[in-house]
Amino acid sequence: MKNWPLWEIFIRSKAGLNHKHVGSLHAADEEMAIQNARDVYTRRNEGVSIWVVKSEHITASDPDDSDPLYEPAKDKVYRHPTFYDLPDEVKHM
Amino acid sequence: MDIKSLEDRFNEKIDEDVRIEPKDWMPDNYRKTLIRQISQHAHSEIVGMLPEANWISRAPTLRRKAAALAKVQDEAGHGLYLYSACETLGVERDQLLQDLHSGKAKYSSIFNYPTLTWADMGAIGWLVDGAAIMNQVPLCRASYGPYARAMVRVCKEESFHQRQGFEIMLTLCKGSEEQKKMAQDALNRWWWPSLMMFGPTDEASTHTEQSMRWGIKRFTNDELRQKFVDATKPQADLLGITIPDKDLKWNEERGHYDFGEINWEEFFNVIKGNGPCNKQRVDARKSAYDNGAWVREAAAAHAEKKSKKQAAA
Repeated sequence: MKNWPLWEIFIRSKAGLNHKHVGSLHAADEEMAIQNARDVYTRRNEGVSIWVVKSEHITASDPDDSDPLYEPAKDKVYRHPTFYDLPDEVKHM
Repeated sequence: MDIKSLEDRFNEKIDEDVRIEPKDWMPDNYRKTLIRQISQHAHSEIVGMLPEANWISRAPTLRRKAAALAKVQDEAGHGLYLYSACETLGVERDQLLQDLHSGKAKYSSIFNYPTLTWADMGAIGWLVDGAAIMNQVPLCRASYGPYARAMVRVCKEESFHQRQGFEIMLTLCKGSEEQKKMAQDALNRWWWPSLMMFGPTDEASTHTEQSMRWGIKRFTNDELRQKFVDATKPQADLLGITIPDKDLKWNEERGHYDFGEINWEEFFNVIKGNGPCNKQRVDARKSAYDNGAWVREAAAAHAEKKSKKQAAA
């Protein structure tokens, strides 16, 4: 017997917030994936909306590429507001 | 990158308490240790449903029944979180189940003891879940990300289990003489197996040192066992029942309770498969798996038919 496909589960915990990855589970199809996600991941009012995505459809970045991907942002402090000096008289900006 | 520098980078991350994630490089033995520990943990949750399931239909009130159902359902959920975490290490769910059924994979030996009376539901919640929480709280900081995240969810849900168990004990202890006797009898039978849940002594434990180095374990078996005894003794006093250990006494100098020698022969014997319920538990799992095969196949066939129809439309 082959495994049912694996699904990644995303839950919106309340209106106004993003769906957030909470884990994965096996299910035969998308409908069952949603039902199982409800039972496995929202037994205590953790969600108001569920997304399910087949794990095989997710493309992830390679951890070995971390340097070329994220290194360039590190020396760009001028992208942050605190980089700019303002006189104290300017209270909020 | 060569193995040596990959290993150095991995050890650096462990030293800096940076979590290891599924796609990161990790030593083969780290992966194997995690698969063994996480699957064993998952199996324990699933097999752990069996001794309690026995009492769902026999719970004394609707309130108790609803709580028992919710607890057993939580355990199914915990098993699923953990199986999923384990699968991120590149092992298939079906393989994990085969290993449980064949006896290759272990589960916590505590679930090989029978649940003879309703008081056992109280003792299990109070002691077994209590011991599990002691074990699991530090695992929320385990070095492997998916395991740690699963444990955070488990721990959040687990504390109701212990409280409902203690409440059952408290109700019995405040009840008739006969009910109090039942509570004492359950404590007598579950105390020592609960202490065994923390595993062999540090001296005898084969995995502890490496697992501590890798940040999979944060405390040794003996440290956790001591914490459990220290926390539980005052609770037994509050219930007014006696822990079945004549050597149990406060040691002022150590600031801990001293306690008697554990029967390790019994522990290893139960692990080897000779406990009172080993066969019954594994048979129950196998029959659930075998008798559920047609459901899994039918659902897969239905899903395939539906997706073909959608493709044609």
